[in-house]
Amino acid sequence: MESINESKQKKILLQGNEAIVAGALAAGCRFFAGYPITPASEISEILSVKLPEVGGTFIQMEDEIASMGAVIGASLAGVKAMTATSGPGFSLIQENLGYGCIAEVPCVIINVMRGGPSTGLPTSPSQGDVQMARWGTHGDHPIIVLAVSSVADCFSVTIKAFNLSEKYRIPVIILSDEVVAHTRESVTLPKQGQIRIFDRVKPDVPPEWYKPYADNNRGVPDMAAFGDGYRHHVTGLVHDEKGFPTQDAQEIDKFLRRIHTKVSKGFQDIQITKTHLMEDAEVCVIAYGSVARSALRAVRDARKLGVKAGLVQLVTLFPFPRKAVDTYLRQCRVAIVPEMNLGQMSREIGRVNQAGCRIVKHNRIDGQLITPEEILKHITTV
Amino acid sequence: MKSDERYEIRFSGSGGQGIITAAVVMADGVGAYDNQHVCQTQSYGPEARGGKSKAEVVISGSPIDYPKALRVDLLLAMTQTACDAYFSDIKSNGLLVVDSSLVKQLPSSRSVSIPFTQIAREKIGRELVANMVALGAVGFLCGQVSLEGLEKALLSRVPKGTEQMNSEALHAGIEEARKINLALLPKSVFSEWEDEL
Repeated sequence: MESINESKQKKILLQGNEAIVAGALAAGCRFFAGYPITPASEISEILSVKLPEVGGTFIQMEDEIASMGAVIGASLAGVKAMTATSGPGFSLIQENLGYGCIAEVPCVIINVMRGGPSTGLPTSPSQGDVQMARWGTHGDHPIIVLAVSSVADCFSVTIKAFNLSEKYRIPVIILSDEVVAHTRESVTLPKQGQIRIFDRVKPDVPPEWYKPYADNNRGVPDMAAFGDGYRHHVTGLVHDEKGFPTQDAQEIDKFLRRIHTKVSKGFQDIQITKTHLMEDAEVCVIAYGSVARSALRAVRDARKLGVKAGLVQLVTLFPFPRKAVDTYLRQCRVAIVPEMNLGQMSREIGRVNQAGCRIVKHNRIDGQLITPEEILKHITTV
Repeated sequence: MKSDERYEIRFSGSGGQGIITAAVVMADGVGAYDNQHVCQTQSYGPEARGGKSKAEVVISGSPIDYPKALRVDLLLAMTQTACDAYFSDIKSNGLLVVDSSLVKQLPSSRSVSIPFTQIAREKIGRELVANMVALGAVGFLCGQVSLEGLEKALLSRVPKGTEQMNSEALHAGIEEARKINLALLPKSVFSEWEDEL
């Protein structure tokens, strides 16, 4: 992999997992803790070489529970941190993920989806972890889930994930899959100077005035790093403005509502969808991840047959981009939702469908990528 | 090539023959040095040596949507098993290229037979580089990559100390392919069957 700081932009051939590494380093990630697992291992493997080169830290932990703990610790110390895993490891991540949500710790978790449940299909693609990414850890918690579909996406969405996690003090999950992870594509990465990076806001009040969980107009408290000289208590218990556990009903309600509304205030910034050929579409395909690429092909082929088809690609899966999807459901008579699971996202789409648009599911759970032909068949027969 | 057209190459053989490496070098040659859009995928599974192995390279003038092959323009088969398994995905005007050291039964006359493994063993001295001999031939026959770009990609991807051997293998493949006159081949991979009908 070439250095991303190279002044001359050059086209390079990268694998999806390599591009995630490049994106993380460009975003300023300087800490990785993880445990290798197929098909995410390349991310750890490459970072174990690249991070020390830029003064960062790489730790291979004993498991994914500890990995997530280390990531949260690093972030609290002021370093942008991430981990990468797949299926079974993602189950273990959930334990400490909730801590990241309640303590409002910025961090990025990559889950390269493989077939499940359990050890399942280690070398095959899947999209079976979509609802788990949203609801895997217990309690009413806020979370951001993004999906990647190409090598270029792996780079830019990883940067976006770090930016969102820093801006909203929240764990951000990136869902990739085996196809995206191992596909090599020629890409031109932007120069470092062209990339917009967001760093967490640090307190500028004197240390004795600092309240680590005090609300402000953004709903996101300023975050001091351990060692900055600000007293800072962090707990997984529901806490007051000072970070200490509380049993006060008013304080509890205020706190829990704030960590949700800080995300809803940012919907415009967080909810990303891309569209192709949607201007005059009567039939739309709503897809994400590697399946979105099959869908794009199907939509282009359908146009050649005279069918007004378009693609809505979900980059943000959660918070679910309801407003954008609703617009397209009102525009089209049919929405086709192809997924490598039994309908985890089509359920979300059905939930927001108030326009009475017909939703057609297409599901594949045999470890194979959905082909354009399968989607085209639906487009031409609905 | 028209901007949204695709040219698809499938490299196939058995695990350990360097099928994936050949495809990666091809993709690198096309993508990084020739400024075309390229997408490379491979079979990814628990089978190591001996299992069926396949890797694909899709080339286009515009960004590539579906990353895998749809209808193959050029199929390289380094074993009989791979030839039998993947032949049916080839376009009617596609081209089959086989390692005649290992593929004895040809499903079509629209094919090019070159003894890649034998050339690697006898000319280069290592069977190991049969994949690069094949890559040279595929690179020449597909007409989708500059041979200079292909060599640059190869030199940047192979282990240090093996550059010369691999480069010689690539050139041996190119030279063998130069001897082939594609115009003499039947127009369709299915032509003989069609004639019978």
